[in-house]
Amino acid sequence: MLDSAAKPLLEIKDVCQRYRTGSGEERALVLDHVSMTLNEGEIVALLGRSGCGKSSLLRIISGLAKPADGTVLFRGKPVDEPSAGIAMVFQSAALFPWLTVLANVELGLRAKKVPEHEARARALKAIDLIGLDGFESAFPKELSGGMRQRVGFARALVVAPNLLLMDEPFSALDVLTAETLRTDFLDLWVEGRMPIKSILMVTHNIEEAVLMCNRIVVLSSNPGRIAAEIQVNLQHPRNRLDPEFRQMVDKIYALMTRRPVPTAPARDGAFSGLGLGMSLPNISTNLLAGMLEAVAATPYNGRADLPALADDLQMTIDDLFPVAETLQLMRFAEIEEGDIKLTLAGLRFAEADVDVRKKLFGDHLLAYVPLAARVKMVLDERPAHWARAARFLEELEDYMSEEYAETTLKSIINWGRYGETFAYDEASETLSLENPQ
Amino acid sequence: MQSKVVALASLGRKSLPNYYDLIAMALIFAGFIAIVRASHAMTLPITAPQSTVISLDYSLLPSYALRTTLRMLAAMVASLLFTFTYATWAAKSRRAERVLIPLLDVLQSVPILGFLSFTITFFLGLFPGSTLGAECAAIFAIFTSQAWNMAFSFYQSLRTVPRELNEVAEGFHLSAWQKFWQLETPYAVPGLVWNMMMSMSGGWFFVVASEAISVGDTTVKLPGIGSYLAVAIDHRRIDAVFAAIAAMLVVIIVYDQLLFRPLVTFSSRFRVELSAGEEPQRSWVLQLFRRTRWLRALSEIPAQIFDTVALWRFELPPRLILAARPKNRIQDRILDLLWIVGAAGTGLWGVWFIYHFVSDKLTLADFGQAVEFTCFTMFRVIALIALASIVWVPIGVQIGLRPRLAEKIQPLAQFLAAFPANVVFPIAVVLILHFGLNPDIWLSFLIIFGTQWYILFNVIGGAAAFPTDLKEAAAAFRVGGLDWWTKVMLPGIFPAFVTGGLTASGGSWNAAIVAEYVKWGNDTVAAHGIGAYIAQATAVGDYPRIVLGVAVMSVFVIAFNRLLWRPLSRLAERRFRLDLG
Repeated sequence: MLDSAAKPLLEIKDVCQRYRTGSGEERALVLDHVSMTLNEGEIVALLGRSGCGKSSLLRIISGLAKPADGTVLFRGKPVDEPSAGIAMVFQSAALFPWLTVLANVELGLRAKKVPEHEARARALKAIDLIGLDGFESAFPKELSGGMRQRVGFARALVVAPNLLLMDEPFSALDVLTAETLRTDFLDLWVEGRMPIKSILMVTHNIEEAVLMCNRIVVLSSNPGRIAAEIQVNLQHPRNRLDPEFRQMVDKIYALMTRRPVPTAPARDGAFSGLGLGMSLPNISTNLLAGMLEAVAATPYNGRADLPALADDLQMTIDDLFPVAETLQLMRFAEIEEGDIKLTLAGLRFAEADVDVRKKLFGDHLLAYVPLAARVKMVLDERPAHWARAARFLEELEDYMSEEYAETTLKSIINWGRYGETFAYDEASETLSLENPQ
Repeated sequence: MQSKVVALASLGRKSLPNYYDLIAMALIFAGFIAIVRASHAMTLPITAPQSTVISLDYSLLPSYALRTTLRMLAAMVASLLFTFTYATWAAKSRRAERVLIPLLDVLQSVPILGFLSFTITFFLGLFPGSTLGAECAAIFAIFTSQAWNMAFSFYQSLRTVPRELNEVAEGFHLSAWQKFWQLETPYAVPGLVWNMMMSMSGGWFFVVASEAISVGDTTVKLPGIGSYLAVAIDHRRIDAVFAAIAAMLVVIIVYDQLLFRPLVTFSSRFRVELSAGEEPQRSWVLQLFRRTRWLRALSEIPAQIFDTVALWRFELPPRLILAARPKNRIQDRILDLLWIVGAAGTGLWGVWFIYHFVSDKLTLADFGQAVEFTCFTMFRVIALIALASIVWVPIGVQIGLRPRLAEKIQPLAQFLAAFPANVVFPIAVVLILHFGLNPDIWLSFLIIFGTQWYILFNVIGGAAAFPTDLKEAAAAFRVGGLDWWTKVMLPGIFPAFVTGGLTASGGSWNAAIVAEYVKWGNDTVAAHGIGAYIAQATAVGDYPRIVLGVAVMSVFVIAFNRLLWRPLSRLAERRFRLDLG
């Protein structure tokens, strides 16, 4: 496993990817010159938040998608279609519901014209290896989520790939099931009982990455770039409570929250680069208020360590980071070195009653969220004080994919409604300045 | 694939046939013999004495029923072939999609029954001197009532195959052929089977209407329940009418039990929702079959063949694939343009052709008359859908809210929707004649007679699915009376109602062609409307009037769907969905 000097199994060179609109036009970057290598005997995590393009990258590596630019070399040969030496495990297991466990596992082999009896023997072996014997004739709908994902693993392993790609394979499972599956899988890997040479897994779970991987590649969002590469040299089996383990988790938290505001907390226009093109996460105002209250209260008293907070509130980083960053964007909080600290406005918000909160929220929304200011300006300029939502949607689509544009507009409408900054009528899909009487 | 594993195991232990084999075998052989006999009769020369003479002897009814059923089966096979080719082409080619899907939409709205005279002439010319021509015309008429929605359903399924399953297929290098049989078709099966069932309901109506038809001097009567009914009408034999009704009832029940129940049960395996959820469908036929030993083992042979065929790769040589995919953007655009110009050109040519055909004989005044008559029919359809809604929505809601009752009534309503209403028309005519009623009013009810049940069973379904906690919330806040209807229940069932109303209105337009012009012996009862207009033109073989009538009617139906039902279903989707998505 330490033989990293050998020739790499996978080489990714300057891969770029762009959003594509329905009409096929290419828009903003999703992946920006991503380069990395993968050696034999490694488990590597691609760690990043939703929207950082990590799933896009995985699909490019597997040959399911083509990059806009750059190359992927697998064992020295360019990947431009799904390669026989690469198999993939999906977040949802992606089993064919009309096939039995056995038939699902056999499918890849049968499609390759492997003779029936050989396919059967290999499939049964893979099923046995992954701990599914007894379930061969069951249909996926009869199985629990964890068992389904085991079938997903068996299906990938049976074709004896050199490289196994995993797209958040544990994230759809409950905590206990995921942990069991991880441990079983790691045991098989450490004991060398799987026919694979290397694993690349996409995850947004920092602890999972530290628990399982030799190396962690951290991707930043919008566009996806490699922010850092971290070597993990802890011995297997790893202990989550080990101080070294905790330290590493803390370090990655700090790394991942650092990006949007480079260093100094914002005073004068540190956000100036983020204009209309900023995509906003769909977060309810209740959640924002709840987070402010939680951080303001004991034991945090206005300053909280993000990993501890995540643990405390049972949130993954995909839940937690967008909330924290929205608060930062609106100057209710600042994030530094993996800590979240409320600003004066944030503290005031936490203590205020509903009407004051709404006023404060509305003021900050207009002052610090460029899109909100833009909507308000357009509505102010128009004599009738209303505008169609589609108008803003089109404007946003110049900067981001349709999906993100929609989410962003939905967020700004929700926030605007809460701050009583502007109103929205769903039936006519128009924004206006008047609130319904 | 599942069955294979289990069957191998059971074969090892005991290989003697069991009771279930015996029963199933009897069923199957009886079926085979019946099909062979009936299909032999299909190709008789038209002059053969028994080919077109229909006797009202009750004992002949079973064989007539069989012939009718066989026609339905043949049409279903044709519809399936059409579905697999047309819908697949539309789903796989962006260019084809742009033409095929709107075309399908229009075809769905054209009352093909009006064109029966044309298709009969065409097919009789194709097989001169044989009944096969008339058979084909009848089968084609049924086909046109079944194929469109099946193709739509299949197309939609192909377009919505979950992305990850698609990626698995690609990741494992499944060829297009393998993917079609391993992923796309299984995924589409539940929707397709459901639509086949709906199509079948519509088909019975068409089979009855198309078996006995006279265009000008040509009269064709194919042995079947429809012809039996027509002869009964000619001879004013009310007892024979009732016999036909009884035979139809039996046929539909048998068809449902022997074919569709097993199919629906079988297709539930292909449902994608991964939870066991929902209570499983049951079918005694499938149960019987699954308990047999020999038959199951025997069924492994076709299953094996299917498995093998589905795993053929059938790939074009790689070079051809590359060549088929022009990388050049401009070239792509030019091809697009040519395609559009070609399609538009064909369309314009069609319009010009129709115009010439019609304008040779007819004047603008005829056109005005056709429009006027279509308006009459439209008012009829609107009024009767409204009336049926007023009657059936409250009743359907009451039934739907009582699960026990709904369980029993729901299949009955579905059955009534499948029952071809034109079989009971003669009874209505007798009543109208007897009491001297105004046909303009009383014939109208026939239009809705067969289609009202769609409203009923959809509303029952909608009310039964209404969330319990909303019901309880309404009760807890003491919402009652008019408020309960307008704020709770009616919005709740709105999407289901729109689905039912849409189906009912489509069926009603078609029914109008048959329902506005009915006979009893030598007495004819006709209402003012486009249906009667087309039927009269057909009776005298006036082709330009038929084309004009059908064309005007089609335009109205399309406009009606676009301007009324489509906005309504969009509204239902946006405002009245019950899951807060």
